[in-house]
Amino acid sequence: MELLWLIIAPFAGGVIAWLIDRIDGGDRRGLPARWVSLLALVFDLALLAAIWAGRHAGTGVGKYGAWFLQLKAGWIPEIGASFHLAMDGLSFLLVFLTVFLGIVSVAVSWNEIKDRVGFFHFNLLWCLAGVIGVFLALDLFLFYFFWEMMLVPMYFLIAVWGHERRRYAAMKFFIFTQLGGLVMLMAILGLYFIHGAQTGVYTFDYFSLIGTRMSAAAAFWLMLGFFTAFAVKLPAVPVHSWLPDAHTEAPTAGSVILAGLLLKTGAYGLLRFLVPLFPAASASFAPVAMAIGVAGILYGAILAFGQTDLKKLIADTSISHMGFILIGVFAWNSLALQGVVMQIICHAISTGMLFILAGALQERIHTRDMGLMGRLWEKVPVMGGVGMVFALASLGLPGLGNFVAEFLILLGAFKANPAMSVLAALGLIVSTVYALRMMQHVFHGEERRGWSLPDLSAREKGVAAAMIILIVWLGLFPQPVIDAASPALQGLEAIAGSQVKIISVAGLGRMTAPPAQASFYRTASGPLKSGALKGDKNERR
Amino acid sequence: MMPPIPANPAPVNPLRMDMIPMNYALIVAWVLFVIGVIGVLARRNLLFILMSVEIMLNASGLAFVVAGSRWGQPDGQIMFIFILAMAAAEVSVGLALVLLAYHRFGGLDADAANRMKG
Amino acid sequence: MMLPYLWLIPALPFAGFLVLSVLGRRMGNGPAAAVGVGSVGLSALVAILVASSFINAPPPAHVYTQTLWRWISVGGFAPGVMLYLDSLSLIMVLVVTVVGFLIHLYSAEFMAADDGYSRFFAYMNLFVGSMLVLVLAGNLLFLYLGWEGVGLCSYLLIGFWYREPENGAAAIKAFVVTRVGDTALAIGLFLIFINLGTLDIQRMMNLAALHWRPGGALPTIAAALLLGGAIGKSAQLPLQTWLPDAMAGPTPVSALIHAATMVTAGVYLIARTNVLFTMAPAVQIAVAVIGAATLLVSGMSALVQHDIKRVLAYSTISQIGYMFVALGVGAWSAAIFHFMTHAFFKALLFLGAGAVIAGLGGEHDIFRMGGLRRQMPLAFWCFLAGACSLSALPLVTAGFYSKGLILSSAWEAGRAGFWLWAAAIAGALLTSIYTFRLVFIVFFGEAKAKISKKPGPRAAIPLVILAFLSVAGGFVNFPAFFGIKGSMFFSRFLASALPSATYAAPLPETDLLLEAVAAIVSLAGIYVAYFFFLSSPEYSREMAGTAIGKVLKRFWFEDWGFDWLYEKTLAAPYRWLARTNRNDAVDLFYSFIAKVNMFFHYGLSLSQTGKVRFYAAVIALGAVVTITIAVFAR
Repeated sequence: MELLWLIIAPFAGGVIAWLIDRIDGGDRRGLPARWVSLLALVFDLALLAAIWAGRHAGTGVGKYGAWFLQLKAGWIPEIGASFHLAMDGLSFLLVFLTVFLGIVSVAVSWNEIKDRVGFFHFNLLWCLAGVIGVFLALDLFLFYFFWEMMLVPMYFLIAVWGHERRRYAAMKFFIFTQLGGLVMLMAILGLYFIHGAQTGVYTFDYFSLIGTRMSAAAAFWLMLGFFTAFAVKLPAVPVHSWLPDAHTEAPTAGSVILAGLLLKTGAYGLLRFLVPLFPAASASFAPVAMAIGVAGILYGAILAFGQTDLKKLIADTSISHMGFILIGVFAWNSLALQGVVMQIICHAISTGMLFILAGALQERIHTRDMGLMGRLWEKVPVMGGVGMVFALASLGLPGLGNFVAEFLILLGAFKANPAMSVLAALGLIVSTVYALRMMQHVFHGEERRGWSLPDLSAREKGVAAAMIILIVWLGLFPQPVIDAASPALQGLEAIAGSQVKIISVAGLGRMTAPPAQASFYRTASGPLKSGALKGDKNERR
Repeated sequence: MMPPIPANPAPVNPLRMDMIPMNYALIVAWVLFVIGVIGVLARRNLLFILMSVEIMLNASGLAFVVAGSRWGQPDGQIMFIFILAMAAAEVSVGLALVLLAYHRFGGLDADAANRMKG
Repeated sequence: MMLPYLWLIPALPFAGFLVLSVLGRRMGNGPAAAVGVGSVGLSALVAILVASSFINAPPPAHVYTQTLWRWISVGGFAPGVMLYLDSLSLIMVLVVTVVGFLIHLYSAEFMAADDGYSRFFAYMNLFVGSMLVLVLAGNLLFLYLGWEGVGLCSYLLIGFWYREPENGAAAIKAFVVTRVGDTALAIGLFLIFINLGTLDIQRMMNLAALHWRPGGALPTIAAALLLGGAIGKSAQLPLQTWLPDAMAGPTPVSALIHAATMVTAGVYLIARTNVLFTMAPAVQIAVAVIGAATLLVSGMSALVQHDIKRVLAYSTISQIGYMFVALGVGAWSAAIFHFMTHAFFKALLFLGAGAVIAGLGGEHDIFRMGGLRRQMPLAFWCFLAGACSLSALPLVTAGFYSKGLILSSAWEAGRAGFWLWAAAIAGALLTSIYTFRLVFIVFFGEAKAKISKKPGPRAAIPLVILAFLSVAGGFVNFPAFFGIKGSMFFSRFLASALPSATYAAPLPETDLLLEAVAAIVSLAGIYVAYFFFLSSPEYSREMAGTAIGKVLKRFWFEDWGFDWLYEKTLAAPYRWLARTNRNDAVDLFYSFIAKVNMFFHYGLSLSQTGKVRFYAAVIALGAVVTITIAVFAR
């Protein structure tokens, strides 16, 4: 049940925030909507804490992997789709990250978003709910449902509250990810039919589909279908070009969620679905995927080095950092996988904070052009210091979390493929170049315009302090995170390692969801559609 | 709509058909239809367009009747009654639209209503 | 029994950094200096207590380890946050904290007028903490943390005066060039862990000795990669170009980071992992050759510089070259000995130069100085002590003993030994020439500028102490041929951590002869400098005026064109690529697809005229065409 509440809370919070803002009529500048969103997320946080505290008491531990919570209910029995959610250490970390960044996003939008506050928070929370769903779903149909569900609110976040070229960016984002999702849907259906034809049981259940026997060619093409979707989301070169536009044009909260969470769903998909479902095919594909990762690391860094737009620079660094994830996943050993989990978390924090800083700068001086900044340290030393910490995190300085992540990935990759690892290590050099260039252009050097701007506000300082403590903590004491993820990762390794068909574990775990809750999601798509139309109309006006 | 052509047609009343060959009747229907098409394409007045549409409908009705009598079956006449009913409905809707268009565009010029231009 | 308090030594400067970075802007200069200098001072005090404890009651096997916490533990990869104290790291810690404290004290006065006072001490404390982590780390990953940490502080402090774009460029250059070496080091770490399963330095060396064949591919590659890191950090050929530019930072920074401590981290790394290098003779020879080449190349560059700090920077590169020669011939303790004396006299020279620069209101050009001997007697005498030590003036200076040990070790090192010795002795000549060129031009001759400020007590005390150490610091390691009781104390102390020299010790007579040659060369260099730059400078001008002189001067002044080469082959193409590709070539493909779609969109929307009659005509036409095809296309 807790798992369902985790998803329902932001869903319901979003609807309430929207309605309350409509009723309120904007007299209090959207404050009620902000507080409702914050409450919904804090509720999720409390729930997560409770889940973590009581995780050993849970009875729903699967046969393999290390699930400590499961929820399975019928959904569309005619096609074999069930409402199957489950949580292990990996999912927990990612859901925690989602909720944490969600709270940060609400906090940074406090002053930035002044227009249609209720609808903004509606989209924000629905997007988060979709992301949480992606991290919890164990039914491929349900996974696809959440996968697509998080796109639409994000589209509106960019298209309504974005910057100058928001329509273009939102459309590009939507087309790329939607096409990737479509390819994945075909692969899901392919897997579904192959499995059904073989066993006579047509099901979308993750555990049943693992170990499906198929020809090498079929496995390869299906794997490629999943890979395409995840590579677009990650993003990997050469399907990365939606990302700089989307990140640049999105409002700060949108950039934070995009960089911190949406990209990570791609990484999560690779970990949870791609390799366990197609172990042999992904093993043979690994050299290519790692080469793509290396290309991403270097290409993203070159792109970032050439930018003059601050947000675009930060966005391009994401391409570079996500290349490490690709390398780590396809190295597929415990070192690299732990590195991937660390990278997911640390990149979310470091890049998220850089976007927050870029947003704060834009709010103050109304430009993102680094050619107009310079010597801002003089004016905003606190912002400069925070920027320095996260620029250093971005270049992988030891002592900060990103170093642990990148080092583990490269170490694991060296075990699997030394040449790729050495090439990827060049990323350490090029990342230095762009990160320091950014600091130089924004905070140091000549003064190009006589800006006068206030330093970080107390609320922004609070966010920055939390992020700094977190990134340093992850750099010096990463072991709790590693321990949390390690059983889950060992489970994944075991699944991928065993080629045998694994017996379905349906019936294990807590089957507590009444059918009414399963139908909730079908009716809940109503407000989404009307909201969509409304947003569209509003924008044209 | 058309029933399958029997292998060996048996005319009910061959005498009548001798009086006016079927082709003539079909040619009349064709001429009527073309007049209607040209009317629709050439006139800009919505009323005339509507009238031309009526002519086209009647042309096809005539063709039905002729074909029905050729095969000695009542289907053709039934279709004509259908067309009549449809034409009545069409005229009533059409006239209502024409009225609206007259108010909206201040005239009956069909080309004035080009807001749907892509 | 101070050993359990070992963790305090790096923790104190870090605490200072934390306090200064959080509260610094609200502190006045006084409290900021108290925290900044005090934390390092306390750290030095703890270090001295730990040292006395270590010497008086040595721990078992002369090694003390302290694991603070488990850092990472994944699938057999379990580096801890572990401190490792043996005689080698003890000496490093003492030098870092004591010299660091003196330089902090000096900075309290030197930086007094700067608006970034607390920021300066925050960075400096962070540096000292990172440097202590580097020298105390028990495993290579923790060492790497300190290694990158000092690189970061070097960046922050070179670019400390951030308002000047050139300072920022120099800082970025320093970080990037050293990062090239760091990346090699990181790859070396991967290689070592994957093949030996540990990054613990002692275990790693034991396992390497057990499992690896000496001279085999693995030890050679591993040692070469570590050497890459050392070259970057220690500014050796071909990655030396960042150090002269690093002089853009405040002078105390140059003294602490770019002379006394950080730049010798590479020397420490090689000494620390000496087993690996012994197992890779090819790499070890490369170390010696790189050192010899660097000391000559930079010595020549130092001869023609105008900027007082750049002369000292090239001199630093050159002196580290000596240490590399010593490492390359397996004279580990000689390298560390020279590191120590160099830390004393080079820090002293930089601080003295800082006093001169501050006295002249920020003047760096030696040709606009002159005659300062009378105006700044304290600075002059201290600087002179440092210069004598650097030139290895016989018997009375620390530099003489440390350099002499390196020279005699090189002489004994097999067949290549003679050439290494020859290079080193030529370098010694260059050293005394460029050093006394500096002394004569700056402090002798006629006064060209008025002194506006003299060093106050907080600056004077470190100068005097360092001057004393530069002279007396060598007495801890008297050569054996003196026959004094307690000779070679330093080397014997290090013997518990570092293996003694690979080659047989030279006979006392040979040793004496070598020392005599070195002494003569040193004095000859001083005379040459006296002749060309003080008594008859017209000769030097004449020599510089000849065609070949002009070319050489230009060439040496530009540091043998390394910067030019890297700019043309690496930096410029990379910038060009990034600038050209700013709008992402890959995106062109997608915009092309989008454009094709838009083309069809426009084409079809043209047909949508909005004219009902046009539509009707098209429908009619379409019907005719369809029927025609249906009827006739049988």
